[in-house]
Amino acid sequence: MADIKLHDITKRYADGTEAVKHMNLEIQDGEFMILVGPSGCGKSTALRMIAGLEDISEGELLIGDKVVNNLAPRDRDIAMVFQNYALYPHMTVRENMGFALKLAKVDKAQIDQKVQDAARILDLTEHLDRKPANLSGGQRQRVAMGRAIVRDPQAFLMDEPLSNLDAKLRVQTRTEVARLQKRLSTTMVYVTHDQTEAMTLGDRVAVMRSGVLQQVDTPRVLYNDPVNIFVAGFIGSPAMNFFTGTISDGKLKLPFAQIPPPEGLPRSGDVIVGIRPEDFEDARFAPANHPAGVEFEAPVEVLESMGSEIYVYFTFQGGEVSSDELAELARDSGVAETPSGGAGLAVARLNPESEIAQGDRARLWFDAAKLHLFDPNDGSSLKRGRQDQQAAAKATAEAVDAEQEKDPPARAAAGPDDTGTAPE
Amino acid sequence: MQNRRPVAYLGWTLALGAVLFYALIPVLWLVSLSFKSPATVTDKKFIPSDTTFDNYTTLFEGGLDSPLLRPLINSLSIALIATVIAVTLASFTAYAIARLDFPGKTLILAGALAIAMFPPISVVGPLFDMWRALGLYDTWLGLIIPYLTFALPLAIYTLVAFFREIPWELEQAAQVDGATPWQAFRKVILPLATPGVFTAAILVFIFAWNDFLFAITLTSSDSARTVPAALAFFTGESQFTAPTGNIAAAAVLVTIPIIIFVLIFQRRIVAGLTAGAVKG
Repeated sequence: MADIKLHDITKRYADGTEAVKHMNLEIQDGEFMILVGPSGCGKSTALRMIAGLEDISEGELLIGDKVVNNLAPRDRDIAMVFQNYALYPHMTVRENMGFALKLAKVDKAQIDQKVQDAARILDLTEHLDRKPANLSGGQRQRVAMGRAIVRDPQAFLMDEPLSNLDAKLRVQTRTEVARLQKRLSTTMVYVTHDQTEAMTLGDRVAVMRSGVLQQVDTPRVLYNDPVNIFVAGFIGSPAMNFFTGTISDGKLKLPFAQIPPPEGLPRSGDVIVGIRPEDFEDARFAPANHPAGVEFEAPVEVLESMGSEIYVYFTFQGGEVSSDELAELARDSGVAETPSGGAGLAVARLNPESEIAQGDRARLWFDAAKLHLFDPNDGSSLKRGRQDQQAAAKATAEAVDAEQEKDPPARAAAGPDDTGTAPE
Repeated sequence: MQNRRPVAYLGWTLALGAVLFYALIPVLWLVSLSFKSPATVTDKKFIPSDTTFDNYTTLFEGGLDSPLLRPLINSLSIALIATVIAVTLASFTAYAIARLDFPGKTLILAGALAIAMFPPISVVGPLFDMWRALGLYDTWLGLIIPYLTFALPLAIYTLVAFFREIPWELEQAAQVDGATPWQAFRKVILPLATPGVFTAAILVFIFAWNDFLFAITLTSSDSARTVPAALAFFTGESQFTAPTGNIAAAAVLVTIPIIIFVLIFQRRIVAGLTAGAVKG
């Protein structure tokens, strides 16, 4: 087991394109680190550089305080699970799992013992003598994991290991992965494009966009204090709603309401305001005596009842936000082509007992204390500026105490959509 | 549709039967000839009236000095050696071509293709002179070298196609698992390319086994003469009898190793060996 440090790592291809740009990341010993981002953001390239399957153009990579830039994959003592599993088709499950040990010239009895142990953990004992072709998708996935864990390596690297499983199996396996990592407490770097996986699995999550690391923090901090509009839009499902707000005459004007501007904002000008769906509520169920609560009316275009909650899509006129970051997220999730009909659409998560109906002009409520404010020019968080020191201190504290950290915010963030690849 | 199916089936059977008949009749006729005595060889009957094994036995009379035994040994040895060398070299070359990006890659492939298309007849003349000067004339090596020249491109082309089908992740997985490049090649890639290797081996073997042009031009005695060339030197029992029966018998005999070779290895040439490697 070891920590992994990336110092100013850059990956540049022969044609000059940069897949990863000056990435700095320190992964602690035993930590579960997630690299997440839309496709093409450089997360897989970063992982493959750690594995030694890609050359590092610039910067330094350390595993356990040893510079490994020029070490071959086999000398780095890391195990990797590939997206398509890459099982050796001509070997049985047993041989697949024991291959690395056999290469390392471990003696037969010991290999057998380790393979048996891993097979028991992964529930593969009865399949040990089968070939990969005769296994189901989930079993193949477990063999790939088994191949990694028998080795007891310094670190596990996982490249979207769940993306080939169907939705139900994915959720199940996700839990298994988390349990496995806790049990082995081996450093793990896990690449995914699925923010739900990122939020539920990681001790810390590194969000990437176009080769640039955006924010590295615990799921809770990413969710509550995103550094910019990209992270805000990427984390959370359904995604955060964005509106353009104008500050003038001591008021922050939103498309549907006017509120007193939060502290620390400029006297006038535009800001981008982000509100998470769960910070809305049916006005009837709004918490009483909430000082920052604001009520407003909006036409409900679509209503989705999930049983445990209701999603209401309401339209608003003017104040739509257009930014490269959001456009990229929309492209990645495939909603870019959805016509918006000229008006903005926002989603609110309401109490399931709400009696709002589709087509109504509904009375809604939102918590103005939970607004996220972003600079309209560069998309960076305005709130973040005020809280920087505070947040940084908190982040370190949380990273240390990962256990307590993990659960409640992650579950909440996961939302109803467990397959949830994308903000909507 | 129910009605058409048996009709289609019958149609296919008839068509296949016709093709098989067309292709196999000369072979069957050859078999028939090989069992006829010199007197009945020209009687134009398909079923021999007096079945005899003399044509076969005389081929092996006299042990190593017999008309066929020595050429048969030459043929087998030369073809096998050429096959082993060609397939070994071709696997390395094809692996490099399939996996690596290096300058001159297309040139190598184009060159290989050009050589494969080169008419052998245009090189036998110069080769004859060169081999005599170099002392390679009428030796095994003298035949193995030109066979390799023409068989290597064939084998490289076949194997490149097979290597390209093997997911690269498998090799990377092996590397991460601690394999050296050589171990990854030998323990992961090569076993998966086995069908390709056997396909290439069969093609090369058949090419070397069937060659007549080089064999007749570059040999002068039984020390290196292969069966196809040796057939041309068969003589009858007397100067007035044509060696038709012997030639037919020898022709049947040289066909047998090829058939055995193909039957053994066709089982290995099964596609889908890579099934299950990646999610599918």
